[in-house]
Amino acid sequence: MDFNMTEDQQMFVKLAKDFGEKRLAPTITERDHQGIFDEAIIKEMLEMGLGGTYFPEEYGGAGADVLSYIMTVEELAKYDAGVSITLSGTVSLCANPIFEYGTEEQKKKFLTPLCEGTKLGAFGLTEPNAGTDASGQQTVAVKEGDHYILNGSKIFITNAGAADIYIVFAMTDKSQGNHGITAFILEKGMEGFTFGKKEDKLGIHTSQTMELVFQNVKVPAENMLGQEGKGFKIAMQTLDGGRIGVAAQALGIAEAALKDAVEYSKQRVQFGKPICKFQAISFKLADMAMKIEAARNLVYKAAMKKQEKKPYSVDAAMAKCYASDVAMEVAVDAVQIFGGYGYSEEYPVARHLRDAKITQIYEGTNEVQRMVTSGALLR
Amino acid sequence: MDLANYKGVYVIAEQFEGKLRNVSLELLGQGRILADKIGDKVGAVLIGSGVTPLAQELIAHGAHKVYVYDDPRLEQYNTTAYAKVLQHFFEEVKPNVFLVGATNIGRDLGPRVANVLKTGLTADCTGLDVDDDGKTIVWTRPALGGNIMAEIVCRENRPQMGTVRPNVFKKPAADASATGEIINMKAELSDGDFMTKFVELIKMGGGGVKIEEADVIISGGRGMNGSEPFEGMLKELATLLGGAVGASRAAVDAGWIDALHQVGQTGKTVGPKIYVACGISGAIQHLAGMTGSDCIIAINKDPDAPIFQVCDYGIVGDAFEVVPKITEAIKTLRK
Amino acid sequence: MEILVCVKQVPDTAEVKIDPVKHTVIRAGVPNIFNPFDQNALEAALQLKDEQGAKVTLLSMGPPQAVEVLREGLAMGADEAYLLTDRKVGGSDTLATGYCLAQAVRKVAELQGLDHFDIILCGKQAIDGDTAQVGPQIAAELGIPQITYAAHIAVEGEKVTVKQQNEEGYIVTEASFPVLITAVKELNEPRFPTIRGTMKAKRREIPTLSAEDIKVDESRIGLSGSPTNVRKIFTPPQRTQGLILNNEDVAVSVATLMEKLAEQKII
Repeated sequence: MDFNMTEDQQMFVKLAKDFGEKRLAPTITERDHQGIFDEAIIKEMLEMGLGGTYFPEEYGGAGADVLSYIMTVEELAKYDAGVSITLSGTVSLCANPIFEYGTEEQKKKFLTPLCEGTKLGAFGLTEPNAGTDASGQQTVAVKEGDHYILNGSKIFITNAGAADIYIVFAMTDKSQGNHGITAFILEKGMEGFTFGKKEDKLGIHTSQTMELVFQNVKVPAENMLGQEGKGFKIAMQTLDGGRIGVAAQALGIAEAALKDAVEYSKQRVQFGKPICKFQAISFKLADMAMKIEAARNLVYKAAMKKQEKKPYSVDAAMAKCYASDVAMEVAVDAVQIFGGYGYSEEYPVARHLRDAKITQIYEGTNEVQRMVTSGALLR
Repeated sequence: MDLANYKGVYVIAEQFEGKLRNVSLELLGQGRILADKIGDKVGAVLIGSGVTPLAQELIAHGAHKVYVYDDPRLEQYNTTAYAKVLQHFFEEVKPNVFLVGATNIGRDLGPRVANVLKTGLTADCTGLDVDDDGKTIVWTRPALGGNIMAEIVCRENRPQMGTVRPNVFKKPAADASATGEIINMKAELSDGDFMTKFVELIKMGGGGVKIEEADVIISGGRGMNGSEPFEGMLKELATLLGGAVGASRAAVDAGWIDALHQVGQTGKTVGPKIYVACGISGAIQHLAGMTGSDCIIAINKDPDAPIFQVCDYGIVGDAFEVVPKITEAIKTLRK
Repeated sequence: MEILVCVKQVPDTAEVKIDPVKHTVIRAGVPNIFNPFDQNALEAALQLKDEQGAKVTLLSMGPPQAVEVLREGLAMGADEAYLLTDRKVGGSDTLATGYCLAQAVRKVAELQGLDHFDIILCGKQAIDGDTAQVGPQIAAELGIPQITYAAHIAVEGEKVTVKQQNEEGYIVTEASFPVLITAVKELNEPRFPTIRGTMKAKRREIPTLSAEDIKVDESRIGLSGSPTNVRKIFTPPQRTQGLILNNEDVAVSVATLMEKLAEQKII
């Protein structure tokens, strides 16, 4: 078991770090406070090739490993959690299912531009009445000749509006329950496919979250992803992978919060000395660091198992649940260490706290992750 | 090369729109001091069109001789043509030392001339002195981003050349009664000597005092968190004190103010009477540009900011609170 | 269009620290980086490549590890790269360095089957030497025009029009190929290397050139070819700390400051 980073992994992290320092850090406060989804920054990030890290070169990917990708998501999250999830959304939730389940034509048509960075992707499963209970899909797709007609809506979709390619799930046969759900590839601009309101979220303000609205959208049959009725399975497996991305994002947020807290504790002087000299603070910092290290190992192991094509759902669930819980705990502790200043939006820890919360919720709430984990234990 | 044949410490004077650049006059002052130490005399070379009247001002500031190359073709600065002129000067006059102001033009011309004459050039000097041998100039300059200082010598080649930043030395007082020799020169210049063509000058800066010339500079850094203070509270205090607004590299890189205001190793060197650093941490690269200030006042939230190690007065606090209070206090004082 | 970009690997001088006791430079642990102004120069070349089609060749003079910046440049999109590395050129001052690089430029042109490069781009200065001399020295050696402090470059046919930074604003200057241009930060925002570019660059063989390959006159290189030499290096005298005012109520600090400034007749 080699805990060392490979040269490739180091290279990816360095690229992400440079990008974070030069492009994300200088404007994160402004973009976060004003809720700006910066298309130019996303475009530049994708042009670097980060949209296709672990996909094969024949589709425009870099042919690197899943761990390199995960480390990139983690590194970016240290600077901008919103940009980090934008990347995770397009890679894990859009490019990945096309790679795993797409036909050769679909891969050439949709996967290649995602890998090359000319297009951004999104994943539409959640509906107003179908969150954790994803099987309750109310979006319907009715076959008509060589098309499916889609009607319905999706909510809380990351990258919505900006993305060009969407993996959308719809009920093709209600009588089959879970086995009646089918996955489709939709493109922005298809007639009848519009966007609803932009969500005004608590955090990750630099990520764009909107509704998807389908009104008699004509989707060509060749855009069906996988087979009819296999959509639910595709969704669940895709989310397994996406969980590792969210876990990495949570890890990055936690690491940034810890770094800020450490620095502050060295500078803030009370009672004649820097507050890090008080054990109440230094011990808290130690606990934060230990939790992050444990989370990191869970995240990297899940990524490795996916890379090695071993079953990884439980590892991904544990990693996502633990890392996101750690992110919240560490962010809360960081705000506490900053004291009054931590409550001010002039300092970054308030943003870390607002950003951390969503990681416990999306891509499967932590309750779902506990269901998956306990389910495996109790089989 | 018999070094003894090379005589004269010459300032390559720079002029713009009929006015001599201050740095050329500053160099005449320091040039005189050097010349005295090595038993030589200080002079100047003046290149341009219709510039002959400026020769007297050079004499008033200490030049014993002024060699004038006045030619309509030399109205605008042209690297290769000016280098050719100086080559002519070198061959005719056999000077010992060339001092050039490290303006954009000076830093463009210096190395070209140094190469043409196959001699040594030391750039951006902050100190000029004479070696123990009594004849070699010792050029002191910052390197490694300002972290170290190096003393450079050019023992065997002539002319000994150096560029010096504005505001490093003080301008000598003018003596209207001073006399000196004005020698008109003519260099043979062909079209081929003008390898570039001047198209136009686009003036910027919107008026106001230039930081290189200001007696007071109110400077903003990363702590300004945006462009507003540069037009607002910093400009207000600067205007009140008859000075200019400066900036650290971080502020310029963030796009809060343009590069003309940047102070530091890769920006401008300034030496005002008062330098107020607001929300500037005090990285070495910035200090390299302003430690020549007479009085440095630092305002920063972080008590450990390096700038507090080098300032004369420091206030630990939020610049957004402190600066307006200082402005108020000065207004009150003035009443 | 054939473009050559001179690049240098330099220590990150922003990370250099001075030992507070020995007053010496702590070089250990200082990362090496791609000289920032050279990145602007390369970005300008790559933009010309994108817009008008050009071949971009990189040249660096340095120790063997300088090959890292050449790989980074290739990853950003440059086509070819050469490293001039030879102990004999070590210790060169700017005159000798300009000569070595000019000879290397001639050799690289020859290797590329060219008579000359149309445009040579350099950064305004290297952040370790800070002399800003080598670009103009190369131009002088090659006998070509130089345009420094380029904040904007436009190329039409064989003509370049450059906006040069100046104390007054900008001077617009024209020249024809071949021309050497030095870049400032304002010129552009350098692109990031792409992942695929980085991986491809990792696998590339980068040709090295020796002093002999570039046919230098040995009396003009290294220490013997340098008219200037360093007499002494020292750390700058530190200004000592003055009066620091740290009060809960900044109004108190301001009042004390104003008192002192008035006392000292500074205001």
